Amino acid sequence: MMDHARTAPLTVAPPEAVAEVRFDAAMEAQIADVLTRYPNPQAALLPVLWLCQERWGWISTGITRTVATRLGLSPAFIEGVLTFYTMYQLQPPGRYLLQVCSTLSCQLCGTGELVGHLKQRLGIDFGETTPDGRFTLVDVQCLGACGEAPVVQINNDYYTELTVERLDALLDRFE
Amino acid sequence: MEPILLRARGTKNSRSIAAYRSAGGYRAIAKALKMEPAAVIAEVKASGLRGRGGAGFPTGVKWGFVPKDSPKPKYLICNADESEPGTFKDREIIHVDPHMLIEGIAISSHAIGANVAYIYIRGEFHAEALMLEAAIAEAAGAGFLGKNILGSGFDLEVHVHRGAGAYICGEETALIESLEGKRGLPRLKPPFPAVVGLFGCPTVVNNVETLACVPHILERGGAWYAAIGTERSTGPKLFSVSGHVNRPGVYEVAMGVSFREIIDGLCGGVRGGRALKAFIPGGSSCPVLPADKVDIGCDFESVAAAGSMLGSGGLIVMDETVDMVWALENLLTFYAHESCGQCTPCREGSDWALDVVRRIRRGFGRPQDLETLERIARFASQGMTICPLGDAFCEPIKSFLKHFGHEFEAAIAAAQPLPAAKTPVLPLRSGHGWYGS
Ligand SMILES: Cc1cc2nc3c(=O)[nH]c(=O)nc-3n(C[C@H](O)[C@H](O)[C@H](O)COP(=O)(O)O)c2cc1C
Ligand code: SF4
Ligand code: FES
Repeated sequence: MMDHARTAPLTVAPPEAVAEVRFDAAMEAQIADVLTRYPNPQAALLPVLWLCQERWGWISTGITRTVATRLGLSPAFIEGVLTFYTMYQLQPPGRYLLQVCSTLSCQLCGTGELVGHLKQRLGIDFGETTPDGRFTLVDVQCLGACGEAPVVQINNDYYTELTVERLDALLDRFE
Repeated sequence: MEPILLRARGTKNSRSIAAYRSAGGYRAIAKALKMEPAAVIAEVKASGLRGRGGAGFPTGVKWGFVPKDSPKPKYLICNADESEPGTFKDREIIHVDPHMLIEGIAISSHAIGANVAYIYIRGEFHAEALMLEAAIAEAAGAGFLGKNILGSGFDLEVHVHRGAGAYICGEETALIESLEGKRGLPRLKPPFPAVVGLFGCPTVVNNVETLACVPHILERGGAWYAAIGTERSTGPKLFSVSGHVNRPGVYEVAMGVSFREIIDGLCGGVRGGRALKAFIPGGSSCPVLPADKVDIGCDFESVAAAGSMLGSGGLIVMDETVDMVWALENLLTFYAHESCGQCTPCREGSDWALDVVRRIRRGFGRPQDLETLERIARFASQGMTICPLGDAFCEPIKSFLKHFGHEFEAAIAAAQPLPAAKTPVLPLRSGHGWYGS
């Protein structure tokens, strides 16, 4: 199993901070670099949304509007794209996004027990965030690591072959 | 069989260009760039290589469909979406030997005349996207990518493009839409991507494992490759084995060895000394097979003759304790979630089938439910939808009922009538209904 010294917490901007957004020079440079890879700006949409999510933790309507202006697309078009995919966060998540694989191979290897424990420990259901803003719990479909089931992705990192004890030890470390 | 695709597994720093080159890497590209593209395609045709993404289409033949006289740019897309439940082999290739993939991409781009290639990788594979970017930078630094590669006059840029969470983006036309910055809605074919693909230009989409085979074919010859495996299913194949085995993981075998050899030999048998009940040979969309089929060979033809598909080689093993109604409910939860929604039979059928199976498992099944499931499976498959996701959820339904229908019948026979006070037409759907309730 992969072990990570520490999964970095997400930077999650509060709604008021992203009601209106302007890209600074660093962001503009990253966007300019992305744009060189494609023959038109629309194709840069997913990568640019990723850049925004890395920066602010989620995609607000304010961010959507700024991306729309920058790439010459309509906000409605971007909204359609955002809601099609599951990984763009449309509300501020907790600092640790617990993404539990719920598909067959993981279920065969004991995910059900992990989920029962997580819900109890955190006091939240899927789709919810703990009141202290630390954890958001979601169920996701096959993460493509079924040989190391059960798998939970926390922010960008995969944690595999998990047991209740190992999961507890992990969560204790996350601030 | 000597390991080919996984030869570097266990080697120190196997992801580095130095390790790859000391194992003989980047010799095939030098050879291929001295050949005419048509000769490269001929070599791949001679190898008999068939696509490892699921459909098993002959790779050389696909490359041959790219129009040579088109004035438009051509594109190669490496499909690293790897979202088919039970499949995790492409991730292994990226973890162990990303330069093998980069070399395969470079040779294949030369063969079809592409100067830009994209690797479309599922958004969850964040670490793997970074591994690929590092490998691309190393390869460019060593002159195997970029302008005028090895003095041949051939230019190639390779970019990693991350998806954002959608199984359907593994389907090649949905992938293309997604790469263009849109929702991943599959396109009606024809036209095929080889003629009208990315940005309206001729495009070849190949799986990671397919492309990783290409350097070996060029280096050692199509005939060498064709001698591995069976007559019509040539070469080595990676199997991702998950579920109830002692040693799950990715295994490389010559096509044609039996599933028993994989499960009992390589994977150390079924966990806890239990008996095998069923296995899905090629990823969740392939029909389930009962334990008595475990002696068939793991090649395209043998699996098809047994009534299933080799698919992506995602072998899911289930022991005697598994409730097959439960297993089908889980798979249908996946497909109902992942249907893109364009086609009514797929969008409505996958939700409806899930509702029916969920009801059966909750103890409220009705005698006519199995017929309903069969009817849904008939309507949503066999060309009634834009893309094969329709078939992908119908095949599990048909095969679970065919081989394990008695478990569904027993669940229905044991059912109580729905409580009269709150009898819904159909039970309510819920995205989070799988656990707990
Ligand atoms: C619903 C669906 C999902 C698919 N997912 C993948 C995938 O994750 N990876 C992949 O390589 N091919 C996937 N495919 C197959 C691709 O459409 C395409 O056939 C394949 O990438 C071609 O590569 P190959 O010829 O090398 O096999 C999927 C197909 C369908 C219908
Ligand atoms: S079959 Fe399903 S996934 Fe495929 S295009 Fe139609 S609705 Fe979308
Ligand atoms: S089923 Fe959980 S990673 Fe595939």
